Amino acid sequence: MEANLNHVHEPWVRIAKRDNMSFLTKLGIRIAVLAVGIVICAIIIYIITGLNPFVVYLTVVKGAFGTVRRIWATVREMMMLACIAIGLAPAFKMKFWNIGAEGQVLIGGIVSAGCMIYLPFLPAPILLLLMFVLSAAAGALWGLVPAVFKAKWNTNETLFTLMMNYIAIQLTAFFVSKWENPKGSNTVGIINPNTRAGWFPEIAGQQFMLNVIIVLVLALLMNIYLKYTKHGYEIAVVGESWNTARYAGINVGKILVRTMLLSGAVCGIAGFLAVSGASHTISTSTAGGRGFTAIIVAWLAKFDSLTMLFISLMLAFFDSGANEIASKCGLNDYASDMIIGIILFFILAGDFFVNYRLIFRKKLSMGTVDKNVGASGKEVA
Amino acid sequence: MADAAIEFKNVTKRFGSVVANDHVSMTVNKGEILSLLGENGSGKTSLMNMLSGIYFPDEGEIFINGKPVTIRDPKDAYALKIGMVHQHFKLVDVFTAAENLIVGIDPGKKLNRKEIADEIKEICDKYGFVVEPGKKVYDMSVSEKQTLEIVKMLYRGADILILDEPTAVLTPQESEHLFSVIKNMKKDGKTVIIITHKLHEVLSVSDRVAILRKGRYIETIKTSEADEEKLTELMVGRHMELNIERPEVKNKELRLSVKNLNCVNSEGQQVLFDINFDLYGGEILGIAGISGNGQKELLEAIAGLQKTLAGASVIYYDPEADKKDEDGKSAGMEMIGLSPRMIREKGIHLSFVPEDRLGMGLVGSMGMTENMMIRDYSTASKSLLFTDKKKPRELAEEIKESLGVVTPDISTPVSRLSGGNVQKVLVGREIAAAPAVLMTAYAVRGLDINTSYTIYDLLNEQKKKGVAIIYVGEDLDVILALCDRILVLCDGHVNGILKGTEARKEEVGLLMTALKDKRREETAE
Amino acid sequence: MMQNFVTLIRAAVFFGTVIMFGCVGETVTEKAGNLNLGVPGIMYLGGIASLSSVFIYEGSTENPNKAVCVLLALVSAFVASSLGGLIYAFLTITLRANQNVTGLTLTIFGSGVANFFGGSLNTLAGRFEQIAVPVTSAAFRTTLPFSDSLGIVGELFFSYGFMVYLAIVFAVMTHLFMNHTRRGLNLRTVGENPAAADAAGINVNLNKYLAICLGAGICGFGGVYYVMDYIKGTWANDGSIETLGWLAVALVIFTTWKSKHAIWGAYLFGILYWLYLYIPGLTRSSQEIFKMLPYVVTVVVLIVTSLRNSRDKQPPAALGLPYFREER
Repeated sequence: MEANLNHVHEPWVRIAKRDNMSFLTKLGIRIAVLAVGIVICAIIIYIITGLNPFVVYLTVVKGAFGTVRRIWATVREMMMLACIAIGLAPAFKMKFWNIGAEGQVLIGGIVSAGCMIYLPFLPAPILLLLMFVLSAAAGALWGLVPAVFKAKWNTNETLFTLMMNYIAIQLTAFFVSKWENPKGSNTVGIINPNTRAGWFPEIAGQQFMLNVIIVLVLALLMNIYLKYTKHGYEIAVVGESWNTARYAGINVGKILVRTMLLSGAVCGIAGFLAVSGASHTISTSTAGGRGFTAIIVAWLAKFDSLTMLFISLMLAFFDSGANEIASKCGLNDYASDMIIGIILFFILAGDFFVNYRLIFRKKLSMGTVDKNVGASGKEVA
Repeated sequence: MADAAIEFKNVTKRFGSVVANDHVSMTVNKGEILSLLGENGSGKTSLMNMLSGIYFPDEGEIFINGKPVTIRDPKDAYALKIGMVHQHFKLVDVFTAAENLIVGIDPGKKLNRKEIADEIKEICDKYGFVVEPGKKVYDMSVSEKQTLEIVKMLYRGADILILDEPTAVLTPQESEHLFSVIKNMKKDGKTVIIITHKLHEVLSVSDRVAILRKGRYIETIKTSEADEEKLTELMVGRHMELNIERPEVKNKELRLSVKNLNCVNSEGQQVLFDINFDLYGGEILGIAGISGNGQKELLEAIAGLQKTLAGASVIYYDPEADKKDEDGKSAGMEMIGLSPRMIREKGIHLSFVPEDRLGMGLVGSMGMTENMMIRDYSTASKSLLFTDKKKPRELAEEIKESLGVVTPDISTPVSRLSGGNVQKVLVGREIAAAPAVLMTAYAVRGLDINTSYTIYDLLNEQKKKGVAIIYVGEDLDVILALCDRILVLCDGHVNGILKGTEARKEEVGLLMTALKDKRREETAE
Repeated sequence: MMQNFVTLIRAAVFFGTVIMFGCVGETVTEKAGNLNLGVPGIMYLGGIASLSSVFIYEGSTENPNKAVCVLLALVSAFVASSLGGLIYAFLTITLRANQNVTGLTLTIFGSGVANFFGGSLNTLAGRFEQIAVPVTSAAFRTTLPFSDSLGIVGELFFSYGFMVYLAIVFAVMTHLFMNHTRRGLNLRTVGENPAAADAAGINVNLNKYLAICLGAGICGFGGVYYVMDYIKGTWANDGSIETLGWLAVALVIFTTWKSKHAIWGAYLFGILYWLYLYIPGLTRSSQEIFKMLPYVVTVVVLIVTSLRNSRDKQPPAALGLPYFREER
């Protein structure tokens, strides 16, 4: 059939949107893509260190879950990341690019540390409650500023919140040099090492249990808030289109401000967790880039709390694991950032295969093409 | 077949499970003006997009000047001297006319703006266009943009020119001018294809008419042998009564009184000037005008979505309050200054079908149920905190049933529905709110004839119930047939209010532009 | 006083050059319609690639050739950063991932890779205590021969390594390319209205890929300059490159997407950054407050640009939006 000459020039692959896919298939694709990412990481580690990749991954698992202590360290890290992601979820659902979690966490942390330093005499429950409230308020304030300008003049929030991070970092540096202990060290050191004032109490004998409880409660509340409340509905509408929101009688500016107050507050609470529930000190690296990582967590999870917890666990796992490899092999602990970067690249790529399918060119006779394409082409995932 | 410019053989194009073109085989002769006629969604544009290289056919072959060709992208199309003017202009707003003209051509060549300006002038003189090479596109009117698009194609040496719905945004007078230019091009030996769904245009300009229906090619007939009735029958597939009803309603009551309405848009330009009119229950007030002459702002100002300048007043007279009042006149309610939410809370029964269905009327990513909640999610639920989805779900089911909305499920995102079904969801919701005033903007844009008539019927039904209706439209024939009165907007001014039964098309067309010219003269002096 | 002024300006030029590269590179990328928040990561990649390649070269020969050193540093940095850009381009264009999220991931990845190798190079190579590439760094810092004889003028304008001038050349060339060539016009069309570009026969994806990779390459030079000249051929795990990278992104907005403004804008940022050293009477803690200045100014600029709603000062119309032809 000469008529088929035409097909020779057809692009060899085309992309089409997928309509429906079962939950299991989606999960399968994601796991497969993740597996590829892990293998690639293994290869890279092998190239750098010359170690057997299986041994390496065994080390990763041991590093993350090897001892009870390590499990708790991983869980603590996971809760920290999840807490920030939970805070970011409402902002991102509203399509407000809050890149400023890093700063909001730090501000919350500063306030917590300040309370510990200046008010150690308060009874523990009151002090903790006060720290909780004040750090949430401080984070909310940090989120409020860009929101107000966005609402009033549509000022680009991506860069505004980004700059707010650095302002917060400088503010932290200011307080660190103010509170430094001992003098000249330029660090704050462990605050209240003897009285443990403002430290999270042990619950059921576990130091980090309170972190877990707070984050799980926040996760649950945020899920309900976004899915079932009027506020959640308003956030969804504003996120889709400001015009539709105005048409619906929603005051867009009010929602922007209210939601960013909430988002900043939860990130501020994350700062409280970091200082009071983990490090018991404050430094410019208290947030440690988690504010950025959490953005990716919230986005990938499509704002679903359970998924956010899961992704956080995964990242915390790789983080602790990579640190273990690093120390075992005498490498530095930035290896974990590299590995997490690679893993995230693969998760991002995985999204494509969940949402689209590839149609490859077929060198078949016209009649066959007809039948095949009618059945929506050859699917490749 | 020697003089065939284009020949399609069994061309098929699919989008997912939707077949846009189903084994189309047809021929376009050299040097003719061919109208490609079909309803919205009949596959006219996608067929032509395969000529212009935007889409690639799934099957079949295309012959240009007798030779089989492969058109993978617009570059291939230009090489074959095919140029298409798309319905949504493909221009860069911040570029000048000249810059837009040369985009994509000879990337290695020097960028000499003076030289390009000279070349533009040459083409313009030849066919009777006016293009200012240094003018930025964002400063251009719609018809200037269209002219630029056509000149762009001629500049690229197009011999086959495809125009997609070229008159959709033009006044009757501008359309006439366009047609005379097209005839000039024909004299010059060019082949012109006009995609359209307007019958009178087909009859006035083309040599032959090719008809598509639901993605299939029906037939091509000589224009001299066609009339409106026959074309409609071919287009729709059965005999259609094209008369739009205009039921007479007695005892009209004043429902809305608009006075001294002035508006400034976000860029600081005044877009509405001293708008005054009354609207009665039981009438359809048509608003005619070229799109972008203040229609959007007018409706949004009434709906509380657009700020007005001081002194404006929109008084709403409630039908219920009327009955209670003894002297027959009730005190109206001032709507200016009220937000959409306050309008609702004050008991003003205003429904609004905006022009931008998925960008303003509905939330594309949400299903029907959640879209039902948009207007009253806050008041409909007794709970302070939580939304109530039970009633919206019932309403969604009801609308799906009664208007025949085709959707897999009421939870399917509405952005996945076809244009007609999206509009049914929106209109259905707005009518379900039992309005006293119903405003619609371009309610039938992009819909097929059947759905359009469904919408006209729905509006007439509401009119008979005593609802006051504002119908902003673009098809003058429909406005003339449907509306009781016609308000003509031009450049933000009311250029006249005519009786629907007496108005003539030419008259309305003139009013759509005339005053603009007069004002220009005034400012020139 | 005068000497203070000269030192401040010189410090500002050093600082400004790093972000000028980043700003010009990001401008090229954004003109194609892609907002790449991976600039810090890309700068990291450029910095570490140049450092490690030169480190290996200098350690493997007795008498390293200066020209080879410089060339090796630049080429390896360009290749590494373009590869970073390629990852971003592939994910956002071909695999249609969200641009912001992909960019942030690239920043995490780039800083991880760079700091990992930066910190591990010694251990891996097992030679020195602190990485040092003296020959290359000296070559990068060679000033114009006549700068010493020109007094203050020489010190202000000619006492810098060649990359300071290279950055200006890039800024000017980018400006000329965008506004005075047809290819530049085509690229801007892609960023303004990809559908129009597509219909005009421009290969949208190819243009985006090229702009992103080239833009990333230019950003990478910022990393090279930082490593070789700014910190004199060593490595510091202090996160400075990340800060500089974000300021480069901010600078793009400050310049309203016009690379010619980057030439003075970058130096202005530099002045703001170092100003605290020249304000008398600051304690160490109040210095920290003063260091906020560049960020606060950026915020102010952001607000002012959003207030002035000028048509010609807007970002590319399709910035951040994906484009697929066959979607419907």
